[in-house]
Amino acid sequence: MIEVQHIYKSFEGATVLQDINTSFEQGKTNLIIGQSGSGKTVLMKCCIGLYDVDEGNILFNDREFAHLAEKKRQQIRQEMGVLFQGGALFDSFNVEENIMFPLNMFTNMSPKEKKERVNFVLEHVDLAGTNRKFPSELSGGMLKRVAIARAISLIPKYLFADEPNSGLDPKTAERIDGLLSDLTKKFNMTTVINTHDMNSVLQIGEKISFINKGKLWWEGNNKEVLKTDNEELNEFIFATALTRRIKE
Amino acid sequence: MKILHQIGEYLYIMLQAFKRPDKGFVFRRQLLLDLKRIGSDSIGIVAIVSLFLGAIIAIQMAYNIDSPFIPNTIIGFSTRQMMVLEISPTFISMILAGKVGSRIASEIGTMRITEQIDALRVMGVNPANYLILPKITAAVIYFPILIIFSIFLGVVGGWISSIVTGIVPSAEYINGIRDWYDPFTISYAMIKTVVFAFIITSVSAYKGYTVKGGSVEVGQASTDAVVQSSILIIFFDLLLTQLLLT
Ligand SMILES: Nc1ncnc2c1ncn2[C@@H]1O[C@H](COP(=O)(O)OP(=O)(O)OP(=O)(O)O)[C@@H](O)[C@H]1O
Ligand SMILES: [Mg+2]
Repeated sequence: MIEVQHIYKSFEGATVLQDINTSFEQGKTNLIIGQSGSGKTVLMKCCIGLYDVDEGNILFNDREFAHLAEKKRQQIRQEMGVLFQGGALFDSFNVEENIMFPLNMFTNMSPKEKKERVNFVLEHVDLAGTNRKFPSELSGGMLKRVAIARAISLIPKYLFADEPNSGLDPKTAERIDGLLSDLTKKFNMTTVINTHDMNSVLQIGEKISFINKGKLWWEGNNKEVLKTDNEELNEFIFATALTRRIKE
Repeated sequence: MKILHQIGEYLYIMLQAFKRPDKGFVFRRQLLLDLKRIGSDSIGIVAIVSLFLGAIIAIQMAYNIDSPFIPNTIIGFSTRQMMVLEISPTFISMILAGKVGSRIASEIGTMRITEQIDALRVMGVNPANYLILPKITAAVIYFPILIIFSIFLGVVGGWISSIVTGIVPSAEYINGIRDWYDPFTISYAMIKTVVFAFIITSVSAYKGYTVKGGSVEVGQASTDAVVQSSILIIFFDLLLTQLLLT
């Protein structure tokens, strides 16, 4: 479990996160939803220690993280997998080298073990056999899946994904959601997903935190989310013609 | 104020970069890649420019010193001196600033805006060390080789032009390049080269590393990298010349 305790974050005087207090549970897909610019990415980057919080604390299974020195943070980072908004694969490395990267940095696996692990995770994302391809040779959906494969290559306890299915067609988007949800169950991970995709919210939202203007506005699950009387959340959910039609 | 902030930021990033790499094999692998990208890939342009410059200088020397009282050997001699003292270490370094500097800034800048640098940090890497140190090392190793090569080709270029145009007989040109040889001029050239190699790679890496925004800013950073390293090269050229040759 990850506990986010009353964190504040501002950039050059502009407050981005205000008193965010929540927790992300193990074995569940925890969703952070909110409009573009609401602070989802900043919250996630605070959780993985890429930004220092101004106030508050973050605990990974009761272990203090937010105020550790960079060297000490690496210990907990070995248990994290992160999928960045754009995938962030290394352009000069092929698929296999990308996935092996965290294994090289964090483990003492033999070359054979590493190779097996690469193939193991590639199978999980349905991309077996693409080892020698370079990121520039892959489609957007494939890139995302390779990035997922890299994120899970250490079989992390904590998986963070920043808008894993943005910019993909609905079918591929749903497939990625399904994949993240299955992996969460299979490896009993604490998964945190940033999204503004309503389909993901309804499909895999086991715990949903709605962020609005840098504040935590509402929490619940995908059953409750449709019935809420929270005005801002309703506005967010029923922003599209499609969701309004469904409501009617 | 902004300048002071930039210098502080630059020094901070260099401090991060000059830490001992955690994994030796990762550093060696990056170094090999950068030796190729920064060094071997520049051989072509260095060769062409040096040959032509040597040829041009020899012709200009012959034109300037068209007097029966000055021996023809002066043409070979001055072509060599110009290449060693200034053209190869400074002018070629400027060209390398354009080629290598823009490449480093845009490569690192793109990694910054596509969150690859964040990804490195999450995967237990000190990104400044991983990205910058091998590039500086590669340039400091490879640039002196390129500059020696450039001096050699410049002198050859002068020789070819003197034969082709007939301004000096081949034997006199060759006698000229052997005249009054002072080994310190080579040391002076090498010291300049190493300093310029450091300036080009570190300034460009700094520019790329601190990019904020998108592709427009990456383009801007790569232009800034070339402009600022060129200015610094000229400035340090004067400084080092003053220190070493007077
Ligand atoms: N490094 C930074 N420096 C200054 N301001 C920042 C920085 N990162 C984010 N912000 C600001 O914080 C706010 C929240 O940004 P954030 O990226 O978290 O939004 P988001 O919810 O992830 O949006 P999106 O859905 O578009 O990705 C924005 O107003 C942004 O301008
Ligand atoms: Mg975001």
